[in-house]
Amino acid sequence: MKLQQLSLFLENRPGRLGAPLEAIAAAGINLMTLSLADTAQFGILRLIVREWEQARQVLEDAGWVVNLTEVVAVDLLDRPGGLAQALKVLESAGLNIEYLYAFSLRRGDKAILIFRFDDPDQAITVLKAAGLHVVDAEELFSHVA
Amino acid sequence: MPASGFAIENRVFDPAETLPRAALEALQLERLRDLVARVSEVPFYRDYFTLHDITRRSIRSLDDVRRLPFTTKDDLRRHQPLGFLAVPRREVARIHGSSGTTGRPTFVAYTAQDLKTWSGLCARFLVAGGLRPEHTVQIAFGYGLFTGGFGLHYGVEQVGAAVIPAASGNTRRQLDIIHDLAPEVLICTPSYALTIADGARELGMDPRSLPLRFGHFGGEPWTEDMRREIEEQLDILAFNNYGLSEVMGPGVSGECAARNGMHLQEDHFLVECLDPETLAPVPEGEPGELVITTLTREAVPMIRYRTRDIARLYREPCACGRHMTRMSRVAGRSDDMLIIRGVNVFPSQIEEALLRVEGTTPHYLIEVDRPGTLDQVTVKVEIRAEMFSDRMDRMQGLRERIAREIHTVAGIRAEVDLVEPRRIERFAGKAKRVLDKRSLSDG
Repeated sequence: MKLQQLSLFLENRPGRLGAPLEAIAAAGINLMTLSLADTAQFGILRLIVREWEQARQVLEDAGWVVNLTEVVAVDLLDRPGGLAQALKVLESAGLNIEYLYAFSLRRGDKAILIFRFDDPDQAITVLKAAGLHVVDAEELFSHVA
Repeated sequence: MPASGFAIENRVFDPAETLPRAALEALQLERLRDLVARVSEVPFYRDYFTLHDITRRSIRSLDDVRRLPFTTKDDLRRHQPLGFLAVPRREVARIHGSSGTTGRPTFVAYTAQDLKTWSGLCARFLVAGGLRPEHTVQIAFGYGLFTGGFGLHYGVEQVGAAVIPAASGNTRRQLDIIHDLAPEVLICTPSYALTIADGARELGMDPRSLPLRFGHFGGEPWTEDMRREIEEQLDILAFNNYGLSEVMGPGVSGECAARNGMHLQEDHFLVECLDPETLAPVPEGEPGELVITTLTREAVPMIRYRTRDIARLYREPCACGRHMTRMSRVAGRSDDMLIIRGVNVFPSQIEEALLRVEGTTPHYLIEVDRPGTLDQVTVKVEIRAEMFSDRMDRMQGLRERIAREIHTVAGIRAEVDLVEPRRIERFAGKAKRVLDKRSLSDG
């Protein structure tokens, strides 16, 4: 149920964001979504790709420091209160969200959010018990292919 | 350490240690004049003496040492092996060598009398730092070309205590020996003392419960922080000593019961503290490079050997009764010292700070600039996979921890820049450590 997310360390200077994305594109790997957290000095680029093992190899070979994290994709109703409902479930279970970002793709009235938890397995159990739809890699990538 | 009190009973091994200043200086002068005569057949010195018309009669006061040439590590290397020998080869009783990052060791020789002098000088600081004939001492220094093991070994014997020549390494075995033989005293590098404490904890032992009571540590620069750490972790008193193989080995100086600087054995070494740039003496108490002239060494006497070690000298009398000048801890090396807003900073200190945060030293570069009137330091640190997290709070925390450790260790505020791997230029495989962008003119 968990997705593999690649994170890269980038210096915050012109051209640094483009380079890893070009490297992935050159390897024929399609980028599903990305999120960038940055400070004035450096940034952390987080990527979701289907061929994460290949992408990781490509990036590491090109000299980037790559970190692999398990994240959870959740299908939410794309309407007011959709996210609030999920957050309430997580909050009452005492689960801490490190960060979250939206998947770039929408399906019908659903939006997909990527969550980074300390404990993804427990989060999945809690989300499912509350009737929320956790999207696995196969399902996620089948929609974008 | 209160100035009035002693950590342990104050005892003197050799009456020469408490010679009044005037008698000490008279002895130094006499020995310095003899030295000039003794080295006059060593090619390196002979050429200089001939050119500058120097004989023993040129030395009328101790200040006249400044008429003599400096000797550097490079000079020693150029005259290897044993080009500085001042006695016939048959009189050599032992040969040690200094390790170096540059490959082949620099050999140093000792006559039988040199070895006797050396063990006597080690005995002085050992006794000053609590060693008694009834004690058992574990020496966890390397025994070999390195002067630490053998130098201290014979020093301990000279005192009449029992030696366990455990040699370096194999922490488990060191702990077994400590457990079985209950030595009161440990001799090793300060960092190895902490390794032993760690090793004890890993084996489920409380390092404070070990029978050790004192430690004599040297062979590498360390800090007061580290002393507190060692004393706290092992529940011992830790004493500092100093020496270098080029002039003898350990025993050049060591702490007394007051633990307020290391007494230089000035009846055997004439020590200057010089500005490494101008080579002029620095005012008392100011940091400078120690330049050492061996007054009694027979096999390879050294004239004004530039140690590159930076320390401060204090000449005021010590509560222990010795009149010998005290030296501070070695604060670093003159060859890579930076002065940041008046604070002397060494790349090794930045390295130590990174080591404390990271457990290993990543590639780093110290950039110094002076955008206005104040120096600004940026330490660039190459990110490694083990340091990297996808979480921003962790990464910010890492930067802050590095900056805090740099402040603790080096006493300066530095901006920490995390940079991508291989962003710091390497020169011939070695990373460049310092980039000083400050303009040399003050205009």
